[in-house]
Amino acid sequence: MDIRSQMSMVFHLDKCIGCHTCTVACKNIWTDREGAEYMWWNNVETKPGTGYPTKWEDQEIYKGGWEKHSSGNIALKGAGKRKGLLNIFYNPALPTIDDYYEPFTYKYLDLIESPQQDVQPVARPVSLITGKPIDIKMGPNWDDDLSGTPDFARKDPNLANLSAAEQEAMFQLERMAFFYLPRICNHCLNPACVASCPSGAIYKRGEDGVVLIDQSVCRGWRMCVTACPYKKTYYNWSTGKSEKCLLCFPRIEVGEAPACMHSCVGRIRYLGVMLYDADKIEQVASSNEKDLIKNQIDMYLDPHDPEVIAAAKANGIADSTLRAAQNSPIYKFVKEWKIALPLHAEFRTLPNLFYVPPMLPVMAMVGEQKGDSPKLHSVAKNWDDKWLYDTSLDEIFGTIDNMRFPLKYMANLFGAGDEKLLAEKLKKLMAIRIYRRHITVGDISAEKSAAALANVNLTADEAEAIYKMTSLPKFNERFVIPAAHREQALEMIEATEEVKGNTGFGFTEPPVRGL
Amino acid sequence: MDILLFGAFPYVAVVVFFIGTIWRYQTGFKYSSLSSQFLETKKLFLSSVPFHVGILVILTGHFIGFLFPSWFTSAGGGGIISFETITLAFGLSAIAGLIFLMIRRFQNERIMTVTTKMDILIEFVLLVQFGLGIWIAIELRWGSQWYAAVMVPYLRSIFTLDPNISAVSAMPVAVQLHVIGAFLFILLIPFTRLVHFLVAPFHYITRPYQIVRWYWDKKAIRDTNTPWTTTRPKHL
Ligand code: HEM
Ligand code: SF4
Ligand code: SF4
Repeated sequence: MDIRSQMSMVFHLDKCIGCHTCTVACKNIWTDREGAEYMWWNNVETKPGTGYPTKWEDQEIYKGGWEKHSSGNIALKGAGKRKGLLNIFYNPALPTIDDYYEPFTYKYLDLIESPQQDVQPVARPVSLITGKPIDIKMGPNWDDDLSGTPDFARKDPNLANLSAAEQEAMFQLERMAFFYLPRICNHCLNPACVASCPSGAIYKRGEDGVVLIDQSVCRGWRMCVTACPYKKTYYNWSTGKSEKCLLCFPRIEVGEAPACMHSCVGRIRYLGVMLYDADKIEQVASSNEKDLIKNQIDMYLDPHDPEVIAAAKANGIADSTLRAAQNSPIYKFVKEWKIALPLHAEFRTLPNLFYVPPMLPVMAMVGEQKGDSPKLHSVAKNWDDKWLYDTSLDEIFGTIDNMRFPLKYMANLFGAGDEKLLAEKLKKLMAIRIYRRHITVGDISAEKSAAALANVNLTADEAEAIYKMTSLPKFNERFVIPAAHREQALEMIEATEEVKGNTGFGFTEPPVRGL
Repeated sequence: MDILLFGAFPYVAVVVFFIGTIWRYQTGFKYSSLSSQFLETKKLFLSSVPFHVGILVILTGHFIGFLFPSWFTSAGGGGIISFETITLAFGLSAIAGLIFLMIRRFQNERIMTVTTKMDILIEFVLLVQFGLGIWIAIELRWGSQWYAAVMVPYLRSIFTLDPNISAVSAMPVAVQLHVIGAFLFILLIPFTRLVHFLVAPFHYITRPYQIVRWYWDKKAIRDTNTPWTTTRPKHL
């Protein structure tokens, strides 16, 4: 057993309001400089949608992640020793700037300096690469809130295995539903980016599992951009080196939450330590597709188990880290309550960012049965728009299986295709609402609430704890971060605020392009 | 003049090369292939691949000739002809690739914004050098013979710090220019993106896929018998 600690995350999707504050916080600190303008280490996508870069989930296009071969071994789909070195002079699976968007600004000065004239002056868009005027074809979050649906949402790769009728149902005007999917680097246990880097510049930090690109070793072979299935390594076209989310490690080291999480308006983000057995990585990553999620979650160890504690100590894990692991909100969501799932586990990188799947599309469904359907709550029967956001909870379990968003769609995202797994999580979330409704509104009987909880194997205490952690968590309950020991932290010797606009990777030389 | 060009210049080039590459390596950030594929990908395949395959084979050829000249001087006529035809093909591939690369670079606005003066300079130096090389290969046959017989002793004399320039001085101008071009190329390496081939990632072949870096020897830190002064971070 080789126990290591890993900074892991949970994003609670029902709480995300799509405000992009996280994105802006990140951009302001890390990527507000030449060559990085197009990068959004944190981005918030509307689902259904094609995302950023366009259709990133379609690995037939981007060739990211690992593949399991008939031999039972896994190999990188679009990179690796053979493919990577043979394709080094030209990488056939490299996305280009147009797959993201060409960064632009406006010539605002023209507005001020324009001479007096009959027509209003305009600020023309100019490319941030060439400086020349451009026609903007694409921008960040072009598809926010389902705008441009035929071009974007309809082309969501997760719709591929849905029937035409199911797709139609999702896109009926006035009944469309969507949710937000905030994404950052998953700081994977089996990172494809690390494995793909020919120069060995990308590494996982032993202490906390953060995955970083060493800027002084990166040689611009640009294989990581292909290999990361989440497209969370970015090529800086100006410096000629790749960059990625660094989980704000200078902040983590002093026990502060990363900027995106700290600023999160919906308070959807949780960060904490997970202990895992590093000896199992390869075996788990090579599991059969249907066992992947289960095996990954089994891989995380119980931080209260004396044997685990002893082994962790023997492996040099600090007491403060162990304490943090015992209070980890991630452990609760993923292992105790079992309501959080990794995104696209089938990419086999063993991501450490888990999502609590959203309920909204389920809730909105119930009124599909119009009129006097016995399934409708008596209150809802009085509404004109019966199909809209019916939050009455009678018989609501029954609707999960035929929710507005076909379960298959959600399972493609969070269940590696396993609809049962997803239904199980959604039912749990629903049961907690029934239970809370019984307590706060009182229009649901105690028996019904107890039956709902029993149905999903939750006790009232657990339901209460989940409710508290979801709705009322304090800052230090959401973020349980063991600060690095002062004498061990890497960044404390440096004044990070002085190096804004530099590469910002603990590497404080201005990012000059090579000659 | 000849002494300056063939006796002194090589030393200047080599010394500058060593000092320059080390200096640049220590300032760390600037070693990169500076790939421009992210800005333009369609034309890169037909330019970068023939260019690199060609130049790598040709460079290796020059090296082998330098190290084992007897392989060539003793080779029979038929062998030499087919050998030279093949290398000429690679040479043509390199120059064609280079021309495509230059067209691609100069035609594309995005790539022009990431083009430095040194990129332009080095591509022209390479173009002239490749052109001379091909001209020599066609006009002054059979190069692999006289390269091994005449040029290699000269190059070796430079290495042994006893430059014997009589052989080069007697060579046709094209060859002389090719020699100067070669040392100019070496001189320019540290100041251009050419440093990227010095860090070609061959170590990837043998390394394990996953890399974990520990800043601290954690086990030593936890061990009460270890004095804290010995548990320094590994990267400092
Ligand atoms: C094993 C050795 C080498 C490797 C792995 C290598 C790799 C690369 C890569 C990845 C690029 C960037 C291509 C892109 O834009 O995406 C590049 C560009 C370039 N390489 Fe190499 N290279 C090698 C050897 C050489 C040698 C020996 C030379 C010259 C003598 C050379 C000259 C160039 C030039 C001039 C460019 C710029 C091309 C352009 O964009 O116009 N390379 N190389
Ligand atoms: S999400 Fe991508 S960049 Fe982040 S660790 Fe995983 S493979 Fe690497
Ligand atoms: S800040 Fe929080 S709520 Fe707002 S978009 Fe980001 S994750 Fe969602």
